[in-house]
Amino acid sequence: MDRTAHDVVIVGGGAAGLRAAIAAAQSDPDLSIAVVSKVYPMRSHTVSAEGGTAAVLRDYDSLELHALDTIKGSDFLADQDAVEFFVARCPKEIIQLEHWGCPWSRDPDGRVSQRAFGGMSVKRTVFAADKVGFHILHTLFQTSMKFENIHRFDEYFVTSLIVEGGVCAGVIAIDLRGGRLVAINGKATILATGGCGRVYEFTTNGFIKTGDGMALAYRAGVPLKDMEMVQFHPTCLPGTGILITEAARGEGGYLINKDGERYMQRYLPTKMELGPRDILSRSMIQEIKAGRAFEGPYGPYLGLDLRHLGAATIDKKLPMVRELAEKYMGLDPIREPIPVRPGQHYIMGGVATNSTGETTLPGLYAVGETACVSINGANRLGSNSLSECLVFGEWCGLAAAQYAKQRIAYPRGTATRETLRREEARVFDGLMGRERGKETLAGVRVEMQQLMERDVGIFRDEAGLADACGKLGKLRDRFSSVGLADKDHVFNTEMTGVLELDFMLDVAASIAHSASNRRESRGAHSRTDFPARDDVNYLKHTLAYRTDGAPRIDYSPVKITKWQPVARTY
Amino acid sequence: MAERDVVFRVKRYRPESGGKPAYQEYRIPYRDDMVILDGLNYIKDHVDPTLTYRWSCRMGICGSCGANVNGQPRLTCGTYIRDVHRGAVTIDPLANFPILKDLVVDFDDFLEKLSSVTPYIVREESADLSKEFVQYPEDVEAYRQQSLCINCMLCYAACPVFGASPEFVGPAASALALRYIRDTRDEGADQRLARLNTKSGVWECTFVGECSVVCPKNVDPAAAIQTLKVLATMRHVRRLLMPGAASR
Repeated sequence: MDRTAHDVVIVGGGAAGLRAAIAAAQSDPDLSIAVVSKVYPMRSHTVSAEGGTAAVLRDYDSLELHALDTIKGSDFLADQDAVEFFVARCPKEIIQLEHWGCPWSRDPDGRVSQRAFGGMSVKRTVFAADKVGFHILHTLFQTSMKFENIHRFDEYFVTSLIVEGGVCAGVIAIDLRGGRLVAINGKATILATGGCGRVYEFTTNGFIKTGDGMALAYRAGVPLKDMEMVQFHPTCLPGTGILITEAARGEGGYLINKDGERYMQRYLPTKMELGPRDILSRSMIQEIKAGRAFEGPYGPYLGLDLRHLGAATIDKKLPMVRELAEKYMGLDPIREPIPVRPGQHYIMGGVATNSTGETTLPGLYAVGETACVSINGANRLGSNSLSECLVFGEWCGLAAAQYAKQRIAYPRGTATRETLRREEARVFDGLMGRERGKETLAGVRVEMQQLMERDVGIFRDEAGLADACGKLGKLRDRFSSVGLADKDHVFNTEMTGVLELDFMLDVAASIAHSASNRRESRGAHSRTDFPARDDVNYLKHTLAYRTDGAPRIDYSPVKITKWQPVARTY
Repeated sequence: MAERDVVFRVKRYRPESGGKPAYQEYRIPYRDDMVILDGLNYIKDHVDPTLTYRWSCRMGICGSCGANVNGQPRLTCGTYIRDVHRGAVTIDPLANFPILKDLVVDFDDFLEKLSSVTPYIVREESADLSKEFVQYPEDVEAYRQQSLCINCMLCYAACPVFGASPEFVGPAASALALRYIRDTRDEGADQRLARLNTKSGVWECTFVGECSVVCPKNVDPAAAIQTLKVLATMRHVRRLLMPGAASR
C-alpha cells in the first residue's frame, strides 16, 4: 500500500492552505506538514484576486469600525465574536506578509498604502497594484520553501477523507503523474480548497474551483453552513466572466448605463459605486430589466467608466485592469468604458467551523473560502476574503499543529486500508470501467451550470428553486451513467473532471436546498417572493447535512455580541 | 459573431500506450474572440475527452496553460486563434521539458531551481511584527518588474541554453533571485550570488534574449541575468580585495 504519514495534512495550496502550512511548520520544526494540491500551489485561484486585503492600519480607522462595516455588510448574519476576532488580527497579518516580502504599494512616506473599497467606510484596503492575490500567493509559496518540514504533494487530487473511529485520519489522493491512489495519513487534516464557482455557468472563478473540500467534508457528515449565500460580483467581462476588480471603483471609476448616466444614484445615492456587491449586482439586473443597458454579442451589459481617472492612475494602480480590457475586450479603458455584467464570484457559505477552523469531525479543520466561520454572513465585503485566508489560515494552522501534538499515535492502518480499497473500487474500477454512452461529462456539467445560473442566481423564487432542486436530483441520476473515453491512469483529466462534477453536484444541491428553505431576503440571497428580511424566523445559520436523497436542512443561532440587528441602510 | 473552421494539429503523447509523440488533427469551429485554450476546451468537451492539458484562470495570471503554438512558447489563454492560424495551428507541449502526457510537461526541476536561489526575504534578526518596514515607492519600483513572474515556464521553453544544458538555473529563477536581491528588506544577496556564480549559474547564459521576447509579463529575465553577472563579478572582486569583509 502506498502510504505516507504527517502530523498535519493540508489539502489546498492557496493563501489559506499555505498560511496554515507556514504557521504549523514554524510552530515546531519537528512537526511534519504535508501540502496536498491538485495543482502546483502557485496556480491556486488566490492568484486571480485583484483588488486588495483589508486591515485597520491608520489612526482615522478603528477595529470597531471594521467590525461594524463587516457585520452590516453581512446583513447581520455574521457571527460577531468571529468578526471581532478577525478584525483584531488583520493588521498583524498585513505586516507579517510585508516582512515576508510582499510588494505592497506604498505611500510617498514609505508606508503601506490603503484604498477605498465597497462597503468599507474608510480607506482600509491594502494593495499591491491590482495583482494582490498573485503577490500574496507567490510571497507565501516562496516563503514556504524556507521550511524543510513542509512537504509538498503537487498535483495530487484528493478523492476522500479517511475517518477512523469517528476521527479524521488524513486523505486518499490520486497521484496524477504516477496514476495511482495513495493514502496520506495525518493526525490533523485541514481543508483549504477554496470555493465552488464552477457550479455556475458565468463565474470569475478558475476551472479548478469545484468545491472539492466542501464535498469531502459534507460526505464525511460535516454540515455545510449558509450555502445559499453566493456572491455575484458586479463587474465581470461578458463572455468570459473575467473579473475587473472593485478597486477600479475604489480608485474612482463610474458605472454607467447606455445613456451615460451614473445609474447607482437611483439605487444607492449615498454610496454610489462603492456600495456592497450584493446591492450593486441587483441594481445592474434592475437597470438591465428597465432597458437601460447596452446590448452586445453576449447579452446586455453596463459600462465601467475609468476615462476620467487618466492614464497615470490607471497604469500605476490598475495595470491589470488595462491589460485585461485590452487583451480580452480589445479596448483601452483610458479611452472607452469597459463592458461589465454581474457574475458568480465567491461563496460566503462553506464547511461549518469555529474561529480556529475546527469542524464537527475531530481532527478535521477547514479554512478560507472552503470554510464558513462565519465572518461574511449573507454578503462578504470586498477585500475581507484575502485577510480571512491569512488570519484564519494562521490560527487554523496553529490549532491543527497543537491538536496533532496532543494526538500521540498516528492513525492505525485498518481504516486507511479499507478507505483506499473502497476508493480503488470507486475510482479506478468503477468510474474508469464505465463506457461512454448518451451522457457526457460536459453535457451534465453544462446543464448543472445553466440551471444554477437561471434558478439559483441573483434573484430567486420558490418555483425556480423547487425546479432546480428537482433537476439537480435528476442530474445526479444521469451522472451515474457518464462514461469515460480515457482509460489511462497517468494524468487522466477526464477522470478528475468526472470526480469534480461529482463534488459539484453535491455542492450545488446544498446551495439550492438551503436557498429554497430560506424564505426571506438577506444580503446576497434575494427572494422575489419574500423581499423583506425576516429576523424573527431567519436570523440563523442554515446547516445542510448530506443524506442519500435531498440534503437535511437544520439551523443554528447567530452569535450577536454588541451590534443588534437593525435595518441595513446606507 | 461569424464562425469559421480551423484545424488544430496537437502533439499527442500517451505514456501508457507506448507510442512516440505524434500529431493529431482536429477540425473545429471558431469565432474571432476565441483563444487557443477555448479551442482545446472545445475539443475536450465535444470531440476528444482524452486530450490532456493544464489550465485554470483563463486570464493570464495562474501560469498553467503554456504550450508551443506554431513553435513559439505562448500562454494558450492569451493567444487568439485569429492571430496565429493560417488554416491550421500547431500546438506542442512547451519545449525543453519532459512530457508527461499530451501537452502536460514536468516542471519539478524548476521548483528545485527556484528553491536553490533562496526565494524569500533573508534577515539575520527577526523583525518586530508590530510595525512595517519603510519602503518608498521607488524602492518597490526597483524590484517590481522581476516580482511579476508568474512561473509559466515560457522562458525556459524558449531558452536554447536550457535546452542544451538542463542544469542551467535558467531565466525565471534568476529573475526572482534578482527580485529579492533588490529588495531593501533583504540581506541574502551574498548567498544568492554565490549560488548563481556556480557552473549551473548565470554564466551559462549567452544572452540569446529569447526569454524576454516570450515573457507574457515583461519580466525581462535576460536583463536580470546580465545584472546578476555584474553583481556576481562585483562580489567576487570585493572578496578578493577585502577577504573576510561582509558583502552585500
